[in-house]
Amino acid sequence: MAGHAAALTEEPEHGPSKRIVVAYGFWIFLISDIILFSALFATYAVLTDATAGGPTGRDLFELPTVAVETGCLLLSTVFCGLAGIGAQARRNGLYYGAMAATFVLGATFVAIELHEFASMIHLGAGPGRSAFLSAFFALIGCHGLHVTAGLLWLLTMMAQVYAKGYRADIQRRLLCFALFWHTLDIIWVALFSLVYLVGVAPR
Amino acid sequence: MLGKLSWEAIPFHEPIVMVTSAVVAIAITAVLAWVIFKGYLPYLWKEWLSSVDHKRIGVMYIVLGLVMLLRGFADAIMMRSQQAVAMGSGGFLPPEHYDQIFSAHGTIMIFFVAMPLVIGLMNFAVPLQLGARDVAFPVLNSVGFWLTATGALLVNISLFIGEFARTGWLPYPPLSELTYSPGVGVDYYLWALQISGAGTLLSGVNLVTTVLKVRAPGMNYLHMPIFCWTTLASNLLIVAAFPILTATLAMLLLDRYLGFHFFTNEAGGNPMMFMNLIWAWGHPEVYILVLPAFGIFSEVFSTFSGKPLFGYRSMVAATMGICILSFMVWLHHFFTMGAGADVNAIFGIATMVIAVPTGVKIYNWLFTMYSGRVVFATPMLWALGFVVTFVVGGITGVLLAVPPADFVLHNSLFLVAHFHNVIIGGVVFGIFAGYEYWFPKAFGFRLHGGLGKAAFWFWIIGFYVAFMPLYALGLMGMTRRMQHYDVPEWQPWLLVAAGGAALIAIGVALQVVQLVWSIRHREALRDVTGDPWNGRTLEWMTPSPPPMFNFAVMPNVEGVEAYWMRKQTAIEQQALRPEPDYHDIHMPRNSPAGFICAFFAATMGFALIWHIWWLVALAFVGAWAVFVVVAWRDEHEEAIPAATVASVDRANRAARAAVLPKLRPLS
Repeated sequence: MAGHAAALTEEPEHGPSKRIVVAYGFWIFLISDIILFSALFATYAVLTDATAGGPTGRDLFELPTVAVETGCLLLSTVFCGLAGIGAQARRNGLYYGAMAATFVLGATFVAIELHEFASMIHLGAGPGRSAFLSAFFALIGCHGLHVTAGLLWLLTMMAQVYAKGYRADIQRRLLCFALFWHTLDIIWVALFSLVYLVGVAPR
Repeated sequence: MLGKLSWEAIPFHEPIVMVTSAVVAIAITAVLAWVIFKGYLPYLWKEWLSSVDHKRIGVMYIVLGLVMLLRGFADAIMMRSQQAVAMGSGGFLPPEHYDQIFSAHGTIMIFFVAMPLVIGLMNFAVPLQLGARDVAFPVLNSVGFWLTATGALLVNISLFIGEFARTGWLPYPPLSELTYSPGVGVDYYLWALQISGAGTLLSGVNLVTTVLKVRAPGMNYLHMPIFCWTTLASNLLIVAAFPILTATLAMLLLDRYLGFHFFTNEAGGNPMMFMNLIWAWGHPEVYILVLPAFGIFSEVFSTFSGKPLFGYRSMVAATMGICILSFMVWLHHFFTMGAGADVNAIFGIATMVIAVPTGVKIYNWLFTMYSGRVVFATPMLWALGFVVTFVVGGITGVLLAVPPADFVLHNSLFLVAHFHNVIIGGVVFGIFAGYEYWFPKAFGFRLHGGLGKAAFWFWIIGFYVAFMPLYALGLMGMTRRMQHYDVPEWQPWLLVAAGGAALIAIGVALQVVQLVWSIRHREALRDVTGDPWNGRTLEWMTPSPPPMFNFAVMPNVEGVEAYWMRKQTAIEQQALRPEPDYHDIHMPRNSPAGFICAFFAATMGFALIWHIWWLVALAFVGAWAVFVVVAWRDEHEEAIPAATVASVDRANRAARAAVLPKLRPLS
């Protein structure tokens, strides 16, 4: 999905630059991704009360853990931004350091989420327990899968810069990666608010 | 080792399937052998399979769509003949086979016939109309095509290995849940659509970006041909609607594979949520298909009436209006859900409102012809047939939008007649109009006119004979998808409908003959000027077929109908514009990414359907490796030397200068 697909010449005879076209196209893709999440959000909203006598969000969600998760992801976005600056300034130390920090924080996020899933399944509150839990696992899991894919992409980008340097096409891919990572952050803010915070709120 | 796959998956006991399998296997082997022994394989790989040229990809989409049309049409013939004879008996198709046929027919016709044909025409024509050298993301374009082809492949494999869904073209739960559909049929459906849906989404992203960001200088939004506008609207709908399909089918997959409870009857699952979600995609899908067809008809009416399109701006407004309204009517697909009178009334009225912008379009087409010099070429016949047929289909649609009427008519053959009326009369006629219209541009020779017209008449008469009886049968109470029945009054109508299908079959055969005849006599049908229809938009400025780079120099666009304006100036002055300076042109290099990606996607899909988990993992790693390897390439583009560009353009200019004295100015 990276920018390798762009076709315009490096210096077009007219019109927007390749960088603009690639980023624009990637925005369109991100919009479609957000719509995918909105379908899952809508499903979760419909099924929130369909607990089938099983545990509810209030029984299961542990806000302190989720707060750590949120902290990891938000902080990783800061480092992702720093990596972008490092790439633009072509400063290896900043770029690799910030990318590595982004990776570690993202991986921690995924690890905590997997742990949360495992402990819920251990309690007998897996996705097969009720429609509510199906919707919960699908929504959070879809975000987690996105973060995991992002981590794979991140490693590829580090390797690409290492092998090829800060070439224009690689800078464009980095731009797309940063857009992707920030979008996942925005989606997490919505998840945190609508699933976890609303989920534990007293009725 | 092989999951659920065993010899029992091969339907040895079903002679129809086995004979079909054998014929298809022989045909594929014969074609492959011919390609290899003739030494065409390198050509095929270099010029087509790994090509990232939007015109080649467009043509491959169209070939895929036409091949699948034959498959879907074969299903239609089987259904019509089954119902014609199944009065008080079982007919010749057992229920489990018949159910697969109607499911496959709908799935194939929408996802693997209408979609590839429409996307193929957009891919081929839109960059040319925009005055662009290529789409925004050529490699992505290729990947999108090959993922669509992968989906089609999986659907066809299901005929020979295992089974297809028996749930209808939209797998409504709880029937499609594991409890009631334990076989692999629904899984074939789901994975085929997930993979091709991803391809469609990529194509949508690509075409939206192309129309919005890659246009010739001066080609501002209100200078774009209407087909570009309808393409924009259609692809915006793809970007907005296909993720919902992906999410919905993913939920059904989770239900079936991992024991989730989205749509089950137990544990709080909600089957009606599936209907809501699937139609939130499904209704926009109708417009994803028909809006580009509207665009094609607009081009055809204008070209063959020798006039600019009447009401260009109102056409743009109507297109974008339909684009938005299409998201606000999904509930009319299940008025009987029990949402209540108020909700049904709102959605019924919203549905009828769509008739307003559509009506605007119909009048614009009629006024375009008014006082024009109408040329009854084959594309124009399809367009005229469309106006009449689509109005009939639209009116029955408004009838179905009345909730009390829908309570009586829903799930009946009246509904089946209605949507075939709009999809055949709108989308299919539009595709055939576009196919006839742009064929000379794509290949440099026209299709035989007489055979094309004969095919049109068999199609349209066959259509009315096949589907008007279905309206009557619906009013007589016959529901859809019946494998047999015991009401003698129905049978005469069903016999007539089968006769109509036979007439359409003659039309299809004539189209095949037309193609073969035209290829064999292509020298006599050669389009030497690149402008066979006296066209008005930029694609007719290029030679037929256009060179890889489309335009030797970027055209400067000064108004709507950019090419028509230039042509008139040239005719008045009896001279072409002065020869431009030619420069090297950088074009994207071929990429095998799409084809290899499809290989891994097909492997992964097949492995997921049959629960062969090690193969799933292997295919996933392979697909990821392809992406990394493709990303590692250093040379994305190659230069076409200015001398080559100049020789192509000089030939084009000479051909046009030669006919200039024969052209008389027309306003």
